[in-house]
Amino acid sequence: MAGMELLSDQGYRLDGRKATELRKVQARMGVFAQADGSAYLEQGNTKALAVVYGPHEMRGSRSRTLHDQAVINCQYSMATFSTAERKRRPHGDRKSTEMSLHLKQTFEAAVMTQLYPRSQIDIYVKILQSDGGNYSVCVNAATLAVIDAGIPMRDYVCACTVGFVDETPLADLCYAEEGGGVSSLALALLPRGGQIALLQMDARLHQDHLERLIEAAMTACKGVGKVLDEVVRQHLQEVSVLTSD
Amino acid sequence: MAAVQVSEAEKVYILHGIRDDLRVDGRGCEDYRHMEIETDVVSNTDGSAKVTLGHTAVLVGVKAEIGKPRPAVPNEGYLEFFVDCSANATPEFEGRGGEELGTELSNTLYKVFNNKHSVNLKSLCISAGEHCWVLYVDVLLLQCDGNLYDAISIAVKAALFNTKIPQVHISTDDEGGKEIELSDDPYDCMRLNVENVPCIVTMCKVGRRHVVDVTLQEKACSVASLIISVTHKGIVTCVRKVGGGSLDPESIFEMTEAGKRVGKALHAPLMTLLQQEEDLGKARQKVGFLG
Repeated sequence: MAGMELLSDQGYRLDGRKATELRKVQARMGVFAQADGSAYLEQGNTKALAVVYGPHEMRGSRSRTLHDQAVINCQYSMATFSTAERKRRPHGDRKSTEMSLHLKQTFEAAVMTQLYPRSQIDIYVKILQSDGGNYSVCVNAATLAVIDAGIPMRDYVCACTVGFVDETPLADLCYAEEGGGVSSLALALLPRGGQIALLQMDARLHQDHLERLIEAAMTACKGVGKVLDEVVRQHLQEVSVLTSD
Repeated sequence: MAAVQVSEAEKVYILHGIRDDLRVDGRGCEDYRHMEIETDVVSNTDGSAKVTLGHTAVLVGVKAEIGKPRPAVPNEGYLEFFVDCSANATPEFEGRGGEELGTELSNTLYKVFNNKHSVNLKSLCISAGEHCWVLYVDVLLLQCDGNLYDAISIAVKAALFNTKIPQVHISTDDEGGKEIELSDDPYDCMRLNVENVPCIVTMCKVGRRHVVDVTLQEKACSVASLIISVTHKGIVTCVRKVGGGSLDPESIFEMTEAGKRVGKALHAPLMTLLQQEEDLGKARQKVGFLG
């Protein structure tokens, strides 16, 4: 990868974007009729499908029922053809289990679980094509799916992965940037109140840069939030036109 | 498969309807549901196809990799199948719940597709005994409303049609060993001839009649089904009975005949559609899940 600059002198990245520019977001809600809620979201070349079942009675171990709120159950999996190198197991490996736990944590912060005691909400996310920012795309897709299922949330949950290169924060990393030794930070935000649902970074970064990086991540998430809002309003308009007469 | 509970009254209603050749959604006994096929939906793969049959949705991706040929047949490549019954289809498939169904489906796919009569395996050979193309066909089940075998076989045929395998140049390097070079040009590729690839037709015995393309509700009322794989010439390549419940020999014979008829009629429109999509080339607007 020698000679491949993540950020050129003119300020352009590998795919021609500027440092704070997000990838193109295209989304659609209500993709599957059988599930309670479903959504498909594309962010650049990363494509994810999210499906929500619930709220329904607890399946499996009844002992895990919570008397005052709903249990959120998440599964993250990747299609075997999603990565450049074929992946042998779609889920069950450590990375997928960790991602599932992160998704659970993120949505427990946003979904109003106290409205559905003793029940379970299932959120299943499938990555169809992986080009960096998997966690963020999953969260964005799952937000739309939860909205499509009609489950009340405190706010949209928007996520973005940012990196730090040459003293500049880069918003919405793609696969080549993630692997290029960049300190990356994943952030899930509830935009209206500015509350952070999940923050994860496992790379080395100087303490002085941390605040700037989080600021950049929050701005990027707010941008994604606007797009998601647009998608939901568009979908509602379509559905209301269909059902009005 | 995802379970659907049907009451006794509903069962009687479905049985009587099928007896009179009128199913719940108005179809005849040998009619398929609305089918949508689109190829080249996943750009990471060498070939892909998405098939929606009523509420059943299947996504197939084909990746070609270089591997070692099987010792018994050194001058042929081979296909590897993997069926992923994802939790998207039904919560019962979460974790390892979908593995059983996935294994059953992929074993059948091996029997039907991975032989020299369906696909020209010799064309997948690079150098005999050393290198060959291995096609990894990955099936992703997104929504389940009955008739999985049919939808998967059509998707596999469409994905194999869409597969572009890069051209290989073998050269000998300095020490006399073989060096494999893949062509960089994305248009310089080999395509597979899918004329002889069969399609699977599932015939279900409901009451006394044989029904094609059953929904989950109709399946709950059925006795047993027969899976027949038919080529475009009407030749039956594989027959398998699935499900509990027994069938008498006359039924099996009748179902095979009906399956042959239906299967043969499936190939021509499918190939026309695939060819039309192919001819549009770059002008084609890719819809995928956004449509």
